[in-house]
Amino acid sequence: MSQSIKHHLTDELLMAYAAGSLPEAFDLMVATHLSLCDHCRARAESYEAVGGHVLDAQPDAVSMSDSSLAATMALISQGAPTPKPARPGCAILPTPLQDYVGGTVDDIQWKPIGMGVKQAILPTSKEATARLLFIPAGVAVPDHSHNGTELTMVLQGAFSDEVDRFARGDVEIADEDLHHTPTADITEDCICLAVTDAPLKFSKLMPRLFQPFLRI
Amino acid sequence: MFTEINTVTLDEPAAEQAAPQPWRAKKRIKGRQVNGTNGSCDTRTEWVDQVRRIRDAQDQAAFAELFQHFAPRIKAFLMKSGSDAALAEECAQEVMATLWHKAHLFDPSRATVATWVFTIARNKRIDVLRKQRRPEPEELGWGPEAEPEQDDVLALQQETAQLRTAMLALPEAQRELIEKAYFGDLSHREIASQTGLPLGTIKSRIRLALDRLRHAMN
Repeated sequence: MSQSIKHHLTDELLMAYAAGSLPEAFDLMVATHLSLCDHCRARAESYEAVGGHVLDAQPDAVSMSDSSLAATMALISQGAPTPKPARPGCAILPTPLQDYVGGTVDDIQWKPIGMGVKQAILPTSKEATARLLFIPAGVAVPDHSHNGTELTMVLQGAFSDEVDRFARGDVEIADEDLHHTPTADITEDCICLAVTDAPLKFSKLMPRLFQPFLRI
Repeated sequence: MFTEINTVTLDEPAAEQAAPQPWRAKKRIKGRQVNGTNGSCDTRTEWVDQVRRIRDAQDQAAFAELFQHFAPRIKAFLMKSGSDAALAEECAQEVMATLWHKAHLFDPSRATVATWVFTIARNKRIDVLRKQRRPEPEELGWGPEAEPEQDDVLALQQETAQLRTAMLALPEAQRELIEKAYFGDLSHREIASQTGLPLGTIKSRIRLALDRLRHAMN
C-alpha cells in the first residue's frame, strides 16, 4: 500500500460508494483506490457506519414470514457459494481491477489509439465508462477538456499537468472546466484507470481527444 | 462536540416517534424486547458475540437472535429501495445466509454488526435490483491466528454509538435526506450536498484499526 498518495477521493464519491448509488465504473474506481489508500478506506467505512445506523434505526421493520428462519437455515445447509478464484499477485493491478481484466497487467487487451497510446475498455454497466490507458514514457496527451466528470487514477508511472503531478494511487478529478495536457513521466510508461459518466459523448470524445495523433 | 449534541438529543426527540433513548427502545420486535435481556449482549458490543458464536461453533441459537433482529430490517430496507415484499423476503434470507457464511470475515474493530449487515444488504440490492456487479476493495483479513484486541472492539462500538447520537440530533430534514441516500433514493449527483456528517472520530478509529491490520499482515 502506498503511503504517499496526495490526491484523494471526495466525500461525495465515498458516501455514494458506501450508499451503493454509483454507476459500476465509478464503483470500480473507488474500490481500486481504496485498495491502495487506507485514508480513504477509513473514510468510506465511516460512511458505511452511517448506513448501518440507517438500516438498524428503521422504525418500520417488516415482519418476515413464519417459515423464513427455517428457509434460511436450509439455504445455509446448501453450503457457502464458491469463493472467487484466487488471483495471482499483480504489482500494478489491485484485485478489483484484476477481476475486470481477468488476470494481471499482462492480460489487458490493449487497443492502440495512436502514438503508442493504448486503451482497454472494461466491461461495466452503461451509465458510465471505465477504461485503462497506457501512455508511453514522456508522451503528452494533447490539450483536451471533458464531458461530464472524469476521474483518472495512476496505477504505474506518473503524469503531470497544469494542476500537479500524479503518481500511483493519486486520483485527478476533472470536470468540464478543466483543460489540461497530461504528460507521462520520462522515466516509466504510465498506466491509468479512467472513468467518465458521459458515456453518450464517449465515442465522440476519444477520436477528438486523439485526433492530433491520428492525423500524423 | 458530542457534549453539545447530547444536550440537544435529550431535549429534542421526545416529540418524535423516537423516545429519549430511541436506540434501546427500538430493540423490540412485535413488542418483545430481543436485545440485552439475557445478559449475553453488552450494549457496547451489540451482536458481536452472536457473530463469534456462529463463526466458532455454528451456533444456530445465536443466528436466530440475529435473524430476529436484522431480517425484518433488511426486508424493510430493500422494500424502501424499490423491491416488492416477496423479493425483499427472499433477499433478506440470502443476506442472512451470507452473514453465516462470512462470519469469519467480520472485523468488530472496524464495524458494528449493523454496519456489516448493511454492507451485505447494500451489495444484494446492487446485485438483484440494479443487476450490476459491485467491485469491492482488496480484502484485509486478520487471518485465523490473530484477532482484534477487545479494547479496539469496544472503542469502535463506542464511537458508533456516538455517531448514532449525533445523527439523531441532526435536523429532521437532513436526516431524512441521508436516509434517502442510503435507501438508494438519491443519485450520486444528488448526494453531493449531503456531506458534513460528524464522522471525524469514527474515521480516526477505523484508520487505527486498518493500521494495526496492515502491521499484523506484514
